[in-house]
Amino acid sequence: MSEEIKSNDFDPEAILEVRNLRKCFPLKKTVTGKVTQELIAVDNVSFKLKAGETLGIVGESGCGKTTLGRTILKLHAATGGQIIFDGKDITNYNSKQMRDIRKEMQIIFQDPYSSLPPRSTVGGILSEPVEVHNIVPKDKVKDYVLDLMTKCGLRDYYYERYPHEFSGGQRQRICIARALSVKPKLVICDEPVSALDVSIQAQIINLLKQLQNELNLTYVFISHDLSVVKFISDKIGVMYLGSMVEFGSKKDIFANPLHPYTKALFSAIPHPDPKVKMNRIILKGDIPSPANPPKGCRFHTRCPNATDICREVAPEYKDYGNGHCAACHLLG
Amino acid sequence: MEEQIKNKDISKENETEVPLDKTVRLMSPTRMVVRRFFRSKLSIIGLIMVISLFLFSFVGPIVYSEWGEIELDESGKTEYSASVTTYTVNGREYIVRQTTEKSLKDNFLAPPSAEHPLGTDNEGYDIFVRLMYGGRISLIVSFIAVFLITILGVIMGGIAGFFGGAVDNIIMRLCDILICLPGIPILLIISTILDASEIDAKYRIYLLMIYLTFISWPGTARLVRGQILSLREQEYMVAAEAMGYSAPRKIFKHLVPNVMPQLIVQMSLSLGSMILYEATLSYLNLGVKAPYAAWGTMINIISTNPDILQNHLNVWVPAGICIVIAVLGFNFIGDGLRDALDPKARR
Repeated sequence: MSEEIKSNDFDPEAILEVRNLRKCFPLKKTVTGKVTQELIAVDNVSFKLKAGETLGIVGESGCGKTTLGRTILKLHAATGGQIIFDGKDITNYNSKQMRDIRKEMQIIFQDPYSSLPPRSTVGGILSEPVEVHNIVPKDKVKDYVLDLMTKCGLRDYYYERYPHEFSGGQRQRICIARALSVKPKLVICDEPVSALDVSIQAQIINLLKQLQNELNLTYVFISHDLSVVKFISDKIGVMYLGSMVEFGSKKDIFANPLHPYTKALFSAIPHPDPKVKMNRIILKGDIPSPANPPKGCRFHTRCPNATDICREVAPEYKDYGNGHCAACHLLG
Repeated sequence: MEEQIKNKDISKENETEVPLDKTVRLMSPTRMVVRRFFRSKLSIIGLIMVISLFLFSFVGPIVYSEWGEIELDESGKTEYSASVTTYTVNGREYIVRQTTEKSLKDNFLAPPSAEHPLGTDNEGYDIFVRLMYGGRISLIVSFIAVFLITILGVIMGGIAGFFGGAVDNIIMRLCDILICLPGIPILLIISTILDASEIDAKYRIYLLMIYLTFISWPGTARLVRGQILSLREQEYMVAAEAMGYSAPRKIFKHLVPNVMPQLIVQMSLSLGSMILYEATLSYLNLGVKAPYAAWGTMINIISTNPDILQNHLNVWVPAGICIVIAVLGFNFIGDGLRDALDPKARR
């Protein structure tokens, strides 16, 4: 990859800007600690997000969605590129500097069962971050937490209870309340509804939308469920094998998908009416291993329209008008 | 303002309808463990054994204060021996009848009586009373040692498991080295040094216990490290990281409480083995020294006179029974706790 140009002219409107973000995990190391083989989980991802917007990130399992989310939060150290949050370049912040940023950006996890500590009560889980970050004065913590629980649809007598006493949907509400307890500006939702059944999914998504309107939150919503993403997002990014293949507003992407992978993905959305004939684009083969990505365009092994250039040269990620970007040779 | 009004409305709604799950009060994990613990008969027996030993050792000397720990029964007794000697001088025979009256200062090896419920030992100390004082030493020392081992083990294991990498390597290699050290030979050396430096016999055992702590903490540290290695990959630890909690908070407020079940079991089991260790040391004359009492020292009396082993069972059997009760009791409690804390067990 080419050397990234690091500049300090940040877009003042964007709350989150990611430039050429790269994350590699070492697979094999020599005795001296030199990495001989690595897995490129996130490769050259760039996007901008304005305050109050929701970015939906879609893609297959293992395409690097979760890694992207966690790298933005600096739960993984980025290998390359820049993360600009709220006008500050946080890419090289150390853990002490990060501690103040932590309360501005939060995460909601996929699995509501393992993401809550089993040995503390709901009250304890929710008041700990409030106390650590001094969100409200000490004597008002309990009132604040109870208020927050009401907002997230939890009853006040849940305060003394333990996570194992709750159902998945209620636990996810606790996770949402915990993420919101520090009054963040950005929340990364890492497949928050995929472990829940459909009726609860709708409740949680409505809750997230309602909270976004109330608190002016910005979401990065990671999901593999296109109908959920279609409902909640303002912008959509499509990922394939670690890189962003298409990015744009929801309207543009759904009306006019550019990349063949996006087209194939959208053709797979199930339709509620069985009489409607679906024009499925069936992709051949499996997703290649990110430890050994194909040369040229990463999608060429499965692309129905692949040409010779696709097999040799990686396509450029270009703007095709109105912020609708894609990386494909066939678009000219 | 609008938001607040809305919230009030919701809470009012909550008050009017009483949902089902409010009436069904679920138990906290701790209460469930206590309930499961008391369901097992063996753990109740263990608890009774340990509690009665505690009462015997700590309340006993206050209730029964006829004799002190190092108070000799100087009532003594008089021994009479008669002898007849015959001399022949110049063809004449002389018969000498001699009676010796020997007065002993101490009343030793007395059989059980009203005065001495379990008799006296070879020095004339009351065995029943010394059993109580010996229990004090054994229980205090093993509690101190286990407490120190646990604290040291949790701190070292917690740091090693949480930080990993070089720190983990250094601490674990240190553990390996300490585990390699043979305990008893080094104890012999230390004991000799203590003998030479004329340290009060009362404090010897505590110094030896500090040494035992020093060589025993790696076991606990390994246990804690292993647990933390698996716990730190849990998603709630990633959540704690995302919250920006400090490392000590993550280790001691989020990880260690989740290691507690295994730790409690380990502690109760090692209490038993520490009592046994202390008794062994005293038996080998490395621990508590005369005139102070310890269960091991009391059994050691048999080495002074083989006659005691055969004919004066009241001298050494009670101390042996006490050791067995203590070790069994702590092991029963440990087993009961292990079953009670097992999350897979049914309610």
